[in-house]
Amino acid sequence: MNITLIISAVVLVSAIGAVLGVIIGVIAKKFAVEVDPKIEIVDELLPGANCGGCGFAGCADFAKALVENRTEPNKCPVCDSNAIAQIAGELGQSATEKEKIVAVVLCGGSNSHTKGNVKYNGVLDCKSANNIQGIKGCSYGCLGYASCARACPFDAIEIKDGLAIVHPHLCVGCGKCVATCPRTLIKMVPEKASVHVFCASPEKGPLKRKVCTVSCIGCTKCTKVEGEEGTVKMVGTLAEVNYDNPPTENIVDAAKCPTKCLSNRHWKQLRK
Amino acid sequence: MNKIKTFLFPGGEPIHQGEELSNNIEIKEAPLLDSYKLQIAQNIGAPPKLLVKKGDEIKKGQLIAEAGGFISANLHSPTSGKIKIIDKKYIEIMPDGKDTWESPFAPIENWINSDIETLKTRVGAAGIVGMGGAGFPTIVKLSPPSNTKIDFLIINAAECEPYLTADNRLMLEETKKLLTGTAICAKILNVTKIYIGIESNKEEAIKLLNEKAGEHKIKIVSLPVRYPQGSEKHLIYSLTGRKVPCGALPSASGCVVQNVGTVVAIAEAVCEGKPLIERITTITGNCVVNPGNWKLKLGTTFEDALKLAGGVKYNPGKLIAGGPMMGVAQKCLDATICKNTSGILLLDKEQVSQYTSNPCIRCGKCVDVCPMNLMPGSLSCFIENEDFEHAEDLHVMDCIACGTCAYVCPSNRPLVQHFVRGKSEVLANRKK
Repeated sequence: MNITLIISAVVLVSAIGAVLGVIIGVIAKKFAVEVDPKIEIVDELLPGANCGGCGFAGCADFAKALVENRTEPNKCPVCDSNAIAQIAGELGQSATEKEKIVAVVLCGGSNSHTKGNVKYNGVLDCKSANNIQGIKGCSYGCLGYASCARACPFDAIEIKDGLAIVHPHLCVGCGKCVATCPRTLIKMVPEKASVHVFCASPEKGPLKRKVCTVSCIGCTKCTKVEGEEGTVKMVGTLAEVNYDNPPTENIVDAAKCPTKCLSNRHWKQLRK
Repeated sequence: MNKIKTFLFPGGEPIHQGEELSNNIEIKEAPLLDSYKLQIAQNIGAPPKLLVKKGDEIKKGQLIAEAGGFISANLHSPTSGKIKIIDKKYIEIMPDGKDTWESPFAPIENWINSDIETLKTRVGAAGIVGMGGAGFPTIVKLSPPSNTKIDFLIINAAECEPYLTADNRLMLEETKKLLTGTAICAKILNVTKIYIGIESNKEEAIKLLNEKAGEHKIKIVSLPVRYPQGSEKHLIYSLTGRKVPCGALPSASGCVVQNVGTVVAIAEAVCEGKPLIERITTITGNCVVNPGNWKLKLGTTFEDALKLAGGVKYNPGKLIAGGPMMGVAQKCLDATICKNTSGILLLDKEQVSQYTSNPCIRCGKCVDVCPMNLMPGSLSCFIENEDFEHAEDLHVMDCIACGTCAYVCPSNRPLVQHFVRGKSEVLANRKK
């Protein structure tokens, strides 16, 4: 074994390492990209869920946009008012109040409330099931194959008895679920609107009754409640809540909806 | 017999069963029923525009909806009576029982000497669409782009779907109309090479057509029993060795393919002045009391059609509109006969045993049988994980949804359903 060979190899490799290290050090100093330290601070304050609800490609992109003054802190649907105030303080802005919006699935037809259901063992995905008109009698209702629940980054959607239910306290209103529903049943509504018409079928009343016991049959009772004028309007044979002027919870008892299709958030309990 | 060289397409499976149920029974004419529920959109492309309103008195053969674009087809009334209900999808007709005929156009007796434009206008006016299943307006097929030359007219008599025998019976009973219709198509397209491709198990029809086809210079070609022989692209390959390019129409390879039922409808429209208002449909299945072929008016509900066939012996497991391979399962008997409903099939509970879909085991059986040379297994995995860009790279758009892959899959994967979704997503992405 030639000892000088080993020593020369070690020296050579060390020399190459030293030279390259110097080059890298110089380049890193000379071509350094200036990053606003604020971006990092704001990014830390954001929830980091990357839900895309703000319209940017994730939280880091949103933080950059915030610092560059291209958007406002209240565009983040996940942050509560405290976090928004903190971010606004960091940016030297005054925090603006935002109205929290949540998703709601406008269908009440769980498996036990619908008729004409058939056996289905195809692809367990709403869009695939919708291509063959689904399995429930109603061709407008929730399919119940959880495409929306899988898309939700906050686990706010639960499938119960073949029906998607949004838990409003978990929902942050990012709106990711809206596009996943092939029957466009998911609507983003202000959180303060607690009463909804859980039906989206434009069919005529008797036809809806044939396939579902909790559909809106178009009796118009809810549109005539005293003190709640203009809060619920009829669109064809279907009652629709006017979310610009939502009804109060009193309407549920006063309207006496014959199918309990018009109900408030606690409608699960009401149905029991 | 013929001396034409035939080609064997890759993949495919020799699937045939259930034809014996209805193969030897003559076509029966359905009596006038109490009501008809006519579907408005019966063709691929734009739905036709309605010309009538609720309460109108209509005559049999009257034009009730006009083609709403280039790829669209007229719709005529199947009987005389009053329009009871019109909703988004259906027109309900209350027949008056008289079946008063009002022909929208006169028969062209001397079609051999009439000019091509007259014949083409007639085919368009009669609302004829591809009756094999696709529902593609025939007039579009008969008007190829001016820069393509059509060399071959192929009549699709393969009828490769198991259980269905409507085309076979039509060939046996309406041979003359079939040959006349073929000659009309050939005149419109100005072609001299005319083939009728038949699967070799329809011996009777091959014999009969060979006897009568001589005067029309039509060649009858017997093809091996191999699903999907009746697919447009595969029939062209089998007969001519030409391949249709990806995403192109068959006219790009110089061929026009017409179904037997379509050709008969063309003959009726030209020689008898009759629009497309009825079709031959196979009503079959082990549990049907009298399986067979019926001449049904468009708008006959499946319920009425099944009553004509004597009802069922026992409860079926599945109701399918069309054949078992490519047909669409139905939820109830509310569906109606459309221009492209080739069959009503009731399968037994044992035949549709409920299965669960398992993960792909990469056995490659689907790759072996895919007649389009795709990789169904990998494709289905991409689509399952919503990776539609990869699926497009693997040519999901070339899938013809024949169902052979799902038929052989040992993991019981609903492959075709994946592809149908994949195709619709890719199309939606392209539009963006």
